[in-house]
Amino acid sequence: MSIEIDEPGRSLLLMGNEAIARGAIEAGVDFCSAYPGTPSSEILGSLARAAEHLGFYAEWSTNEMVAIEAAGAASFAGLRALTAMKQNGLNVASDFLLTVNLSGTGGGFVIVVADDPSAHSSTNEQDSRNFARFADLPLLEPATFQEAKDMTIWAFELSERLKIPCIIRSVTRFSHGRGNVKLGPIPKRERKASFRGVFLTVPTPMWHSTLHQKMANAREEFEGSGFNWYVGPEQAKFIIITCGSGWFYSQEAVKTLKLDGEVGILKLGTTWPLPEKLIASHLKHAPEVMIVEEVDPFLEQNVKILTAESAGDLGPIKFYGKSSKYIPDVGEIAPDTVISALARIKGVEYHPRDEGYRDKVRSVVGSYAPFRMLSFCAGCPHRPAFWAIKTALKMDGRDGVVAGDIGCYSLGVGPAGYFQSKTLHCMGAGIGLATGLGNLRQFGFEQPVIAISGDSTFYHACIPALVNARYNRSNITYVILDNSATAMTGFQPHPGTGTDARGQAVPAVSIEGICRAIGAEVRVCDPFAIDEAVENLCELLQSEGTGVMIFRRKCTTLELKEKKKPKVRVDPEKCIGDDCGCARFCSRVFNCPGIIWDPEVKKAKIDELVCSGCGVCADLCSRGAIIVEEE
Amino acid sequence: MPIEKDPLNLIIAGVGGQGNVLASQIVANTAIGAGYQVTMGETYGATQRGGAVMSHIRISRETQYGPVIPEGKADIIVGLEPVETLRVIGDFGNPGTKVILNPRPNYPIGVLSGEAQYPPVEEVLKAIAGLVDSLQVIEATKIAEKLGEMMAANIVMVGALAGSGLIPVKVETFETVIPEIVSGVNLELNLKAFKTGLKEIRSIKPYTHS
Repeated sequence: MSIEIDEPGRSLLLMGNEAIARGAIEAGVDFCSAYPGTPSSEILGSLARAAEHLGFYAEWSTNEMVAIEAAGAASFAGLRALTAMKQNGLNVASDFLLTVNLSGTGGGFVIVVADDPSAHSSTNEQDSRNFARFADLPLLEPATFQEAKDMTIWAFELSERLKIPCIIRSVTRFSHGRGNVKLGPIPKRERKASFRGVFLTVPTPMWHSTLHQKMANAREEFEGSGFNWYVGPEQAKFIIITCGSGWFYSQEAVKTLKLDGEVGILKLGTTWPLPEKLIASHLKHAPEVMIVEEVDPFLEQNVKILTAESAGDLGPIKFYGKSSKYIPDVGEIAPDTVISALARIKGVEYHPRDEGYRDKVRSVVGSYAPFRMLSFCAGCPHRPAFWAIKTALKMDGRDGVVAGDIGCYSLGVGPAGYFQSKTLHCMGAGIGLATGLGNLRQFGFEQPVIAISGDSTFYHACIPALVNARYNRSNITYVILDNSATAMTGFQPHPGTGTDARGQAVPAVSIEGICRAIGAEVRVCDPFAIDEAVENLCELLQSEGTGVMIFRRKCTTLELKEKKKPKVRVDPEKCIGDDCGCARFCSRVFNCPGIIWDPEVKKAKIDELVCSGCGVCADLCSRGAIIVEEE
Repeated sequence: MPIEKDPLNLIIAGVGGQGNVLASQIVANTAIGAGYQVTMGETYGATQRGGAVMSHIRISRETQYGPVIPEGKADIIVGLEPVETLRVIGDFGNPGTKVILNPRPNYPIGVLSGEAQYPPVEEVLKAIAGLVDSLQVIEATKIAEKLGEMMAANIVMVGALAGSGLIPVKVETFETVIPEIVSGVNLELNLKAFKTGLKEIRSIKPYTHS
């Protein structure tokens, strides 16, 4: 079901990200831009699908910095603009963020950042709310799916009134959760773009002071916002202050422990600047306060500052939160976190299950359920690419170092990529680190250096480092795993794919063209042609200077959306099992989930459900026992 | 339809690539179609295939609940893979939980490389039956294979859930929602898979270990 349906009043099941996108549509958004990043990708993804029909603009940008600047330009020209990103993306965009706050904006400008507590699909779990305080920008945190939609509409209006960007912060559970959302009307689009006046940050102290005034105005407006509410006994002596995902968990905790009669909940939707008068009015009746929020003690510390500043009016208050260790300050929180913390504070007995049952069920799971490690999909071109890297480094024999990067191939640090990648940080860090390692010769460093990135990551953050390698004569081999998609985040197109966010054909930007223009020696080969891949890589490792090895093969999962897969089978006459001496190469060593070991006949077997029909294993089997049947 | 327990907590458990999210979307949309407040939470990390995936669906007449079910509070578990079903029971099961399960294993790479063992499926079923109120085994992958597409096992399981009488939603509501979510060439196949799952659960007896 599409988020663009024009049926006001209808209740739809929308993902948190879709609710934000729908809010933008109901606000009449004109311009949307983003770089994909879990858990934020569906915001622009769903907007892009609606853009053509509803007549607004949407793009997948090369990276978050370009995305925020492009959206900022639309705002300067008087349009309503939205940019969305994951938490690491906001770091990339932060240079502009920390100047556009000063220059101010024109049309409503909303920046959505989706954090990833517990780092399910990330390399950190930073709390991006700190950027709102850092940049002096208003911060909104939706707690329900309905609120996400409504709050996004309000964020555009707020930004337009204050003339600064407004930040909306989500978290994985919320962005990827789904719930009822009642649709509102879609307005008619009639805004025209026109650039008037100037947007500057100098003289800086003057604009800084203007920014502080704007934030004071925001605070005033927040005091009466309908996104902040209180439930519970009027003069409760114990209150929970919460925001975002903490609202559902707190509500469930109070209900589960039957504490509705004595515990109140102050739920805040506007978390920076704080609505101080509203909060103080509740601190006044509550000498005990529990604070529930995800990742950093952002709300907790700001409420404590407020308490210190209002000490004359408030009595002593006892806080329960992250600094007192009731709520963890690392990782994701869950309903159980809040239920057990509240039970402990209030001295209520709570056992989620009978203790005996719990022990029994956990021991059964321990003895029967093997751990399920993430792996490359069956037929993934990254598997033979890592096999080629492993083989080439072994043949080279100088203990080469591989610097990894962000994408599906991040799994190269684990068994999926034969533990080849030794570093993993942020977009583009692999080749940046490699340029450093490649220039350590004068310190006696003799190991060859490989940097890895994907195609989308190449455009996003690798080009300046490649220029640096060439300019400073760094001795590296840069392997680009080009699978023609931003695969990890859901196959979004990028500058090399020849299509844009709205599905229109555009000229592709050539990876090898860029690399050759920089002056690198470039080779291109199909990673499924393993021998050729290893040979090319060995030659690049042996040669001096900046070499680029492009392993090009379309993502198999994407490929299978378009064509029928060939059938692969093991010839039981040719596979002789453990007598072969290959040590079960196909299933155990090459480790493709499409090949299993059949313990009954003691031979390899293809798992038809998982196999993608790529046939790489047929080339690798020394006895030619794996047959690809062409239809 | 009345709801026996509020909220009704349902988990669909499986492995990436099995169509867990689609199955959950059908169930959650159907409950919305029946007038409930529904929340669905997905736990998937990176989108690569092969990782454990589960969806939490919470159905209520009264209010909207959070997207995560607390420990031990699953009323119904629909398992697309036996070991993943057991793992979910480990965290969310209780002696009253009702389970519908597709017994077709999907082997983790740790098992392929020989570092871990996948237990015999019959032992997993026995273990599950000993931990929950009821277990119904639906050979969803085999059924889907007969229909011409093994990947439709997820929808066979949705059909089985619809026919189980465990959730307070009419079968007809499912049949109006499926075409809104599944489109194009897959619709006919999925409707067939749904109906076959529905018929299957009505014809089988609960699992008992003899």
